[in-house]
Amino acid sequence: MKVRKNREETKDPDLDMTPMIDIVFQLLIFFVMTFKIVTLEGDFDVKMPRAAPSPQAAPLPPIRLTMQADAEGNLAGLLLDRKPVPDFATLRSEVIALVGGTDAQARAETEIELDVDYQLKYQHVIGAITAVTGYVRDDQIQKLIERVKFAQPRQPAG
Amino acid sequence: MKYSKKKSGEVAAGDMTPMIDMTFQLIAFFMILINFSEADQDDRITLPSSELAKPPDAPLTTPLTLQLTEEGKVIFSGDMVPLDGLRPLLLREKQVLDRQEGGAAAATIIIRADLNAKTGEVQKLIETCQAAGFEKFALRAKQQST
Repeated sequence: MKVRKNREETKDPDLDMTPMIDIVFQLLIFFVMTFKIVTLEGDFDVKMPRAAPSPQAAPLPPIRLTMQADAEGNLAGLLLDRKPVPDFATLRSEVIALVGGTDAQARAETEIELDVDYQLKYQHVIGAITAVTGYVRDDQIQKLIERVKFAQPRQPAG
Repeated sequence: MKYSKKKSGEVAAGDMTPMIDMTFQLIAFFMILINFSEADQDDRITLPSSELAKPPDAPLTTPLTLQLTEEGKVIFSGDMVPLDGLRPLLLREKQVLDRQEGGAAAATIIIRADLNAKTGEVQKLIETCQAAGFEKFALRAKQQST
């Protein structure tokens, strides 16, 4: 039987874990503070070479989408090739009617030009680009128009 | 007299081992998830969301990120500059890029514009970049879960 006498005979204490726990907490606080939840971001490609491209023989002439804004920047009107469209859902079905039936190569050469009021809020333009570049069906993205470009910026109102 | 002598080395507050295990788990979790590379996502910009926004399949070869705030100022490499002051910075970038293959025409300008920014200002930004020799642009939006 091991008898412990008074303190003189105790062994050295086992490894003291307190400093390690302190450092571990420091590390944890560091990682928690530097953790940032990022939302995934995606891109819409717009190729706009400076030199005015000579119009190639595209199967369809460039489609023109005009977006009108009120003074606040909210969307006031949408015109697809001069035809008024009430909302983005209708815009998408119009685009599907225009290019949905063509084959992939013809579709890839179709161009849409965005003619936008100066003060229109950018989110509406992204909404329009979303409506014309594709749609989601059964978790798959079906492409519609792939070439998007901007027309000349209009003069700012006022 | 009965007294319980603490074993040397034992921490006073009961057994801490499970807590230390959980702490190690948390550290491992955060270490795996930590991502230092998102310096280009400035918090002053709220991107518009789009259901079609998906990250590009291949990473862009030479990306250059420009951020446009709601008021129309441009954030480039962390500095906020007015749109007019952007051209010299772009020309400097173009000079650096021209020494590489493809030059400025092969570089992609990623435009992160706030959702309330005026579209005319985005167009002017694109024009400024075109004048400096850039041709490929990518309009960035955040993914929106449908």
